[in-house]
Amino acid sequence: MFMENKASDGEQPRVGVYVCYCGMNIASKVDVEALRQFAEKLPNVVVSRTYKFMCSDPGQELIAQDIKEQKLNRIVVASCSPLLHDATFRKACAKAGLNPFYFTMANIREQVSWVTANSAAATKKAKALVAAAVARVAMHEALEKKRVPVHADVMVVGAGISGIHAALLLANAGKKVYLVEREPSIGGHMGQLDKTFPTLDCSACILTPKMSEVKNHPNITLWTLSDVQEVSGFSGNFKVKVKRNPRFVKLELCVACGQCVEACVFKEGRVPDEYNIGLSKHKPIYMPFPQATPASVLIDPNACLKLSRGKCASKCVEACDRAAIDFEQKVEYSEVEVGAIILATGYQLFDATKMPEYGYGKYPNVYTMIELERLVNAAGPTQGEIVMRDGRKPKRVGIIHCVGSRDKRHHPYCSGVCCMVSLKMAHLMRERIDAEVFNFYIDMRTTLKGYEEFYDRVLHDGVNFVRGRVAEVTDWAMTPGEEGKLVIRVEDTLIGVVRRIPVDMVVLATAMEAHDDADDVRRKFNISCSKEGWFLERHPKLAPVSTFSDGIFLAGVCQGPKDIPESVAQAGAAAAEALSLVDKGFVEIEPNSAWIDADTCSGCKTCIPLCPYHAISRDEQKKVAVVNEALCKGCGTCVGACPSGSAQQKLFTDQQLHQEIEGVLNYV
Amino acid sequence: MSKPKAGFYWCASCGGCEESVVDLAEDLIAVVTAIDFVFFPCAMDFKREDVEAMKDGEIAVCFINGAVRSSEQFEMVELLRKKSQLIIAYGSCAHMGGIPGLANLYDLESILKRVYTETESTDNPSGTRPLPQTTVPGGKLTLPTLDESVKSLDQVIPVDYYIPGCPPPTPLLKAAVEAVLSGKLPPKGTVLAPDIALCKECPRIDSKPEDLAIKAFKRPHEIDIDPEKCLLAQGLLCLGPGTRSGCGAACIKGNMPCTGCLGPVSRVHDHGGATMAALASLLEATEEDQIVSAIESVPDPVGTFYRYGVPGSLLFRKHTTSGNGGH
Repeated sequence: MFMENKASDGEQPRVGVYVCYCGMNIASKVDVEALRQFAEKLPNVVVSRTYKFMCSDPGQELIAQDIKEQKLNRIVVASCSPLLHDATFRKACAKAGLNPFYFTMANIREQVSWVTANSAAATKKAKALVAAAVARVAMHEALEKKRVPVHADVMVVGAGISGIHAALLLANAGKKVYLVEREPSIGGHMGQLDKTFPTLDCSACILTPKMSEVKNHPNITLWTLSDVQEVSGFSGNFKVKVKRNPRFVKLELCVACGQCVEACVFKEGRVPDEYNIGLSKHKPIYMPFPQATPASVLIDPNACLKLSRGKCASKCVEACDRAAIDFEQKVEYSEVEVGAIILATGYQLFDATKMPEYGYGKYPNVYTMIELERLVNAAGPTQGEIVMRDGRKPKRVGIIHCVGSRDKRHHPYCSGVCCMVSLKMAHLMRERIDAEVFNFYIDMRTTLKGYEEFYDRVLHDGVNFVRGRVAEVTDWAMTPGEEGKLVIRVEDTLIGVVRRIPVDMVVLATAMEAHDDADDVRRKFNISCSKEGWFLERHPKLAPVSTFSDGIFLAGVCQGPKDIPESVAQAGAAAAEALSLVDKGFVEIEPNSAWIDADTCSGCKTCIPLCPYHAISRDEQKKVAVVNEALCKGCGTCVGACPSGSAQQKLFTDQQLHQEIEGVLNYV
Repeated sequence: MSKPKAGFYWCASCGGCEESVVDLAEDLIAVVTAIDFVFFPCAMDFKREDVEAMKDGEIAVCFINGAVRSSEQFEMVELLRKKSQLIIAYGSCAHMGGIPGLANLYDLESILKRVYTETESTDNPSGTRPLPQTTVPGGKLTLPTLDESVKSLDQVIPVDYYIPGCPPPTPLLKAAVEAVLSGKLPPKGTVLAPDIALCKECPRIDSKPEDLAIKAFKRPHEIDIDPEKCLLAQGLLCLGPGTRSGCGAACIKGNMPCTGCLGPVSRVHDHGGATMAALASLLEATEEDQIVSAIESVPDPVGTFYRYGVPGSLLFRKHTTSGNGGH
């Protein structure tokens, strides 16, 4: 019904078909010579060739030569995914003087040879796809890529070390950066750590200078207590709506003197302190931590009597001589336009209560690693004194690796950092309190620069290493020596016996995991997640900080477990990618936009509310719908919904799609 | 010079198409002055033998209405094709299969069984069915047989032009006759009606909101219909956005929603599918139960979205286990 073999532009199509071996990738499954012969007999095909690697220079040259000598005006390459080499072959066509959009690709690798077990079936499927491509390409039209100016500002979401580093790089390059953080202070997990491995630098000492640089940088707009609500637009021209929650304290007036906290009607802390992982409590008005940035107190509206019940003597207001406290602050929404977005939303830690066999939450002296970080920290709840929940000081400490990681019941992946964190902590426990330390590990993973050396140092510090996954932590004593202790039951796989090791304190090196709301976040930014919830990079090797949404980049652990140096390196890469996008000044847009034929549009308005990019409006004069090409992202929603076929999309016209379908159906 | 000869034949139809000719009123006089009807079973006493006696191509233009199912209809349209220079499929049934085309939702046997055995008013204890041949004293009587499926005219013979509608609006008929007489005809295969959807000529278009946010559809008897406001905005299932114009929004002016009789515009291959996709995308239903209740508000989806065109659509007919659709 739809088969018409005349070209879209009236010219007789002269098609060249190029079948790629892709080494053995395609040729081991698809009979490429049979495919070439088949293609030769298809309508309009003038030349049909095979080549080992079509993407190589000689492969591309083959196309260029045929375009010139055989006067080809349509090109089909049967090879890999267009995602990989569409641009390569389009360029080859353009070099030979053919409009690059007279080209199409048949994917006979990812869609055929790699996923089809049977060779005959693979060849048959490849034939159908090539026939479809040949039928489709006849309907192609010459198109021009258009350039759209980009907005030079960048948004960084998440202000842990990755977000901070990326924001500073961009700001130093002269770009205006919006740094959005949902916590009251920037700093992220790194701000909670005591020392960093393997150099034992003080974490705060190296982080806080960067935090204050952020605060003082003229090019950075810092929004704490804020969440991204909506993202629209496209690479180079995003519109982002940010929800900014009230702090109830005027940032520009507060100097963090702490008089208000002192004056609060509550004499003791009431709210478990997040920064100290609940090991201490803060008052309704509080400073998140001493070096918090911005350096300002804030009020927890749920705990504050004035804000939750409306009745309080409001001593804090009296105490503040700068009149910084403002109970009337409301949620605000800010809308900004940016050219690129870097996601650096980080991670959360595995909930250790999901492994009840380790007794977290049941035995007070079982700690998570991050709790211990706070305990050993001079700014922590005990001012750095290592005192357990029962008031004792531990003499023997057991550190359990891989809690939630490398575990089919929880996370199959390795969190990558826990071995080194556990070594660091073992070292600190030896150094600070001369405790006897046992590290329980499955495998030691100390692969990066200086890590193995650090491991060796800790081994010689007298730390005990037991190779085996811990079965249980129990307070059930079998010998008088175990009384009052926590007993770690483990198979020591190096000596082949089950051991019971009594300790005072158990430390769980919990896994890094994706945030619970990672899926909501990815939807908001229209990117993908791996099945573990980590944001998916565009290519694991060659585009590790890009995403499938152009203009959105990834930094830090939100993409997968990493330590600090890797996070910083990746943040640098993301900043460079963002910079190369916004600094160029324009983006080239695939000419796959939709258009609405003003002569046939009935003005029924069906398409208008459906456009996710708000690119369609009604021309009230002509009473028809009009697509704004600069806003159209080529999603095809309006085309699918238009009940009168008046909305069409370049590169996906009904005619092209029908030809493609006919092409497949005629040969299967 | 003699007047051009014309034919007007009916297949599976209701007679409404013939009525639309009468609706030409005084213009009918001009028509019969300009052309000579040589075959018009509803109105004039010419027989099949008269047509058979004509030369091939002797009829300048033959309008054929009704869907095609019986062996007699097959024979007649093939005969008329041979004798006519132009064949115009007239009305929804010839154009797309029409209301009789809804029979393609059943197989032939169950239709015959229902009609000759099961209906409440049937009294047929011996289960008698019409036979193609019956011997009676004095000779053999024959009846046409029925094909397994109802077909649109172009599924049986090549069709030159279409005049859509149930029945076709008289201005379309008038314009078509004028075009034939003047020889100013568009490319073969054209539907002789504006190629734009009904919303264009709907007097209520300005009252249609951009986002309909439909939760469920209503049927006309369920609400008090506002005579000024867009019917979709009132929750009525109006097929106007996906249906060809040319009727002057006659139903809407009668305060009833468009039921789609003029079929799709030329750019759409499946009227029901396209209209359904458009309206479904405007549903304000994201949760499964909302979607289910929206769907349930359309008691007869095929009869609603494909009322005039099951045979002419991509569906053609409901799949039968015997597989004898005969497309």
